[in-house]
Amino acid sequence: MKKELIKLENLVMEFDGQRVLDNVSLSIENGRFLTLLGPSGCGKTTTLRIIGGFLTPTSGTVLFDGQPINNVPAYKRQINTVFQNYALFPHLDVYDNIAFGLRIAGVKEPEIDRRVSEMLSVVSLNGFENRSVTALSGGQQQRVAIARALINRPKVLLLDEPLGALDLRLRKDMQNELKRIQQEVGITFIYVTHDQEEALSMSDTVVVMDSGRIQQVGTPEDIYNEPANAYVADFIGESNILDGIMKSDFKVNFFGRDFDCLDKGFAPDEPVDVVIRPEDVDIVAPGAGQLTGTVTNVTFKGVHYDTIVNFSGFKWLIQTTDFNAEGSRIGIRLNPDDIHVMHKSEYSGMFGDYSSYSAEYDEIAVAEESEEE
Amino acid sequence: MKRNSGKSWLSVPYIVWMLLFSIIPLCIVIYYAFTDSLTGEFTFSNITGILDYATIFLRSIWLSVAATIICLIIGYPVAYTIARCKPRTQRMLQMLVMLPMCMSFLLRTLAWVALLEDTGIINNIITSLGLQPLPLIRNSGAVILGMVYNYLPYMILPLYTVISKINPRLIEAAEDLGCSKAKTFTKVILPLSVPGIISGITMVFVPAVSTFYISQKLGSTGTVMVGDIIESQFKGAYNPNLGAAMSLILMILIFICIGITNRVAGDEEEVMMP
Repeated sequence: MKKELIKLENLVMEFDGQRVLDNVSLSIENGRFLTLLGPSGCGKTTTLRIIGGFLTPTSGTVLFDGQPINNVPAYKRQINTVFQNYALFPHLDVYDNIAFGLRIAGVKEPEIDRRVSEMLSVVSLNGFENRSVTALSGGQQQRVAIARALINRPKVLLLDEPLGALDLRLRKDMQNELKRIQQEVGITFIYVTHDQEEALSMSDTVVVMDSGRIQQVGTPEDIYNEPANAYVADFIGESNILDGIMKSDFKVNFFGRDFDCLDKGFAPDEPVDVVIRPEDVDIVAPGAGQLTGTVTNVTFKGVHYDTIVNFSGFKWLIQTTDFNAEGSRIGIRLNPDDIHVMHKSEYSGMFGDYSSYSAEYDEIAVAEESEEE
Repeated sequence: MKRNSGKSWLSVPYIVWMLLFSIIPLCIVIYYAFTDSLTGEFTFSNITGILDYATIFLRSIWLSVAATIICLIIGYPVAYTIARCKPRTQRMLQMLVMLPMCMSFLLRTLAWVALLEDTGIINNIITSLGLQPLPLIRNSGAVILGMVYNYLPYMILPLYTVISKINPRLIEAAEDLGCSKAKTFTKVILPLSVPGIISGITMVFVPAVSTFYISQKLGSTGTVMVGDIIESQFKGAYNPNLGAAMSLILMILIFICIGITNRVAGDEEEVMMP
């Protein structure tokens, strides 16, 4: 039922000899809410601008409905964009901004009138027709920008960090609003953001990017539960990432102990990265669990406590609703599905260590290390 | 007004300057314009006397309107091109535009005389090729040329400033919404350059309409402009009262012209300046 609408094949983009996209290939199905997620400079906006037709890739092909569109200019593509900071036309009012695309296409005025008011109700801006766009709030400008793009009935809507300029509360509202609009119009949304929570809560598919490369493509659950490498594990949520050795299928060794896990298909004794999410760890009485450690720092976060626990000198972040005082000894239990094993990557060893979480406990950590060994 | 009261004394030098060199002279001009040159009595004869010079007024306006339009036609593409260059190139081209302004105005005009004269450089080249010399100087074309040459930077610079500030995302947005390059220009770039067009027109038209040196050097008796007549009232014919009346009327005409320009383009500018 779902068919491929856009296909990126080996896209490479270079600016002044600097490679910002490195062999990006991606298939985007029709009707999807797809998010390109990554830090600034990861190539996500460049990818979006190539799809929109504002940039021509150095090499590689963009296919739209099976046809290469590298040389099709932006104005001939069935794609519209919601720009960062909206880029509304300051010399036109709300109505004329929204009607802009239809006027260019030569649609008759009565038809324009009907479709503008239809769009205004989709974005809940009825009655704003004759307002000046410069007099609108950020959230309202945002809605005008969405209406201005959607009124052309594109097959794909590109959104370039559209919520970046809004405050937190409004951002949450607009996330729900965008998801609702996407389901209402039923077209493909390609969304660019650096906000992992935004990506997880809105998308059908998340594409995690870094250094011009795609790190992982998957559903939000896949990305969170089965990160492909240390970079993804660290970028999406919090992660403790440990060095381990895969003894055999379903058996991983770290901290000198074997743990049961659900991962398989690794070489025997392959060195691996082991991800343990802070909220998956069960705290038990010292000695009752698989590992015993000392609490070195507790921070109240509202819903939970961020608890830093020292296990043999390696500090973990554990998120728990139970309060454990600093200095207390606790045990932890890990179930097989709490452990996620990844192949080593260029990112191994760069993330997932909370030792620097609070530097003032370093001396105590050294003292405890000798004690535990 | 209140919130600046602590620093309001800083504007005193400017207020004194304005009073001494703008307001008081203006009052003197008005006084002279409405008094008789011999008796010093109140009179309208200076104002009515201007009617004799109506053709010169009209000629001044038409020559400077022509020069302004030509400046706009030449200046807009130049300003647009500069604004689309890389920042380094932009600074360099901006300097090039301003370079003639660093040279004396008189010298620049005299240079054109040397070029256009019947025995000038251009005609020397033409005659050396065995052709008849062309009447390049002492006509309204030469006067317009002189004005365009001298005032073109005043058109380019405000246009450049406004065009370079147009958010490039707006141009992309227009393309995204189906505009070809030409449509993008007429639907977005041109409407957004209106403030620059207005100030460019004002900056060129005002000095052009009151110029006197250009028309004296490059023009003939048939291209005498208001500025020339006003100058002669103070220096040759010595009727400063008539000269003052002319200055006053010229000022009013300039205000009317600026008013018309603003009205024509005004609707769009209002939206643009929130």
